[in-house]
Amino acid sequence: MANTKIAFDLVSPEKLLLSASADMVTVPGTEGYMGVMAGHSPVVTTLRAGMIDVNTDGKDERYFIRGGFAEIGPAKITVLAEEAIPMTELDIAVLDQRIKDAQEDELAAETDTDRLRAAQLVDDLKLVRAAF
Amino acid sequence: MASVKEMRTRIGSVKSTQKITKALQMVAAAKLRRAQHAAEAARPYARGMQNVIANLAAGVAGPSAPLLLAGTGSDRRHLVIVATSDRGLAGGFNSSIIRAAREKITALLAEGKDVKILPIGRKARDGLRRAWSNRFLESYEVGLKAPNLALVKPIAQRVLDAYMAGEFDVVTLVHSAFKSVVTQTPRLVQLIPAQVEAGGGPAPFYEYEPDEDTILTALLPQNIRVQILAAMLENQAGFFASQMTAMDNATRNAGDLIKALTIQMNRTRQAQITKELIEIISGAAAV
Repeated sequence: MANTKIAFDLVSPEKLLLSASADMVTVPGTEGYMGVMAGHSPVVTTLRAGMIDVNTDGKDERYFIRGGFAEIGPAKITVLAEEAIPMTELDIAVLDQRIKDAQEDELAAETDTDRLRAAQLVDDLKLVRAAF
Repeated sequence: MASVKEMRTRIGSVKSTQKITKALQMVAAAKLRRAQHAAEAARPYARGMQNVIANLAAGVAGPSAPLLLAGTGSDRRHLVIVATSDRGLAGGFNSSIIRAAREKITALLAEGKDVKILPIGRKARDGLRRAWSNRFLESYEVGLKAPNLALVKPIAQRVLDAYMAGEFDVVTLVHSAFKSVVTQTPRLVQLIPAQVEAGGGPAPFYEYEPDEDTILTALLPQNIRVQILAAMLENQAGFFASQMTAMDNATRNAGDLIKALTIQMNRTRQAQITKELIEIISGAAAV
């Protein structure tokens, strides 16, 4: 399986961002980042905010996503992101604004689940921020 | 018969109308391309979502299935979401959607169901207000910007909250399906309980992270949002296509009218000149 590639589709509600084949795709699963290569066992997972790393022939392409789902099969991985932006187009100021918004949400949250979700988003966004 | 001067003003006014319809047609054509692109770009996501839900649904059938998928077990109370555009001047676009919605609602009422309506778009609201304004749950406008997820979220949330509060059993969405630039047909989609395409062979055996329930509870509301968004995007494309055709026809009609009026005006003027000549000649002959 060393040279087999996996088909990768990255879709947001607005458009299909990327449809390509890759050696490995790293996605930010709710239970932690996971690297997916061809021959992976079928998994459906929810995704948190974070970075998708598409590795093809030793080159990386990165995308920022804000939550979503991934459907993983042996030959294909489909990521349905709520929002997806290529890292090259992501502005650090925008990201900082997002972090600030999420922090405000955390403070304004009325229920525990909302607060936890906002706190999680803050942490996830900070991780992305640190990767710049 | 109208005087030459009157006819000249009339031609002038038809000409300015023609200029407006021509401009609207060109604007619609330009916007159509973008709207069509957006509608087509939204399809892979909706399709992917359907696939995942179909796979999941096969695994969670039974009493434990979430409400959004399994329904409430009754079909007495209906919510009909009617999506049109805000603006008119688009031929039969809005009226065909409203007609389809009306047929559906009338049929449901005849069966003795309880029906609530949620119009999206000014035309849907105006078209259904006279008969059923007391059945309106809430009404929304499309706005000037292209529909996006942020616009749809509050609408979907309103529907989900009401559903979760046990206000309805079935939710149907009426919109216009964009088949091509020349054909748009009204389409009814059942949103809740989620419709899952049966068959498709044995579903691959998936593992779930974190677990089926968590995924489904996140996925089903998102599916509703996406379906409403897709419907609005298709509406947008259909609206511009329809407006373009309607305005093209209007421009052509105005052109025909100008031609007919010009001929008529020339005839009248000629008749007048001839009449004057005869008067002069007969006057000269009498001397």
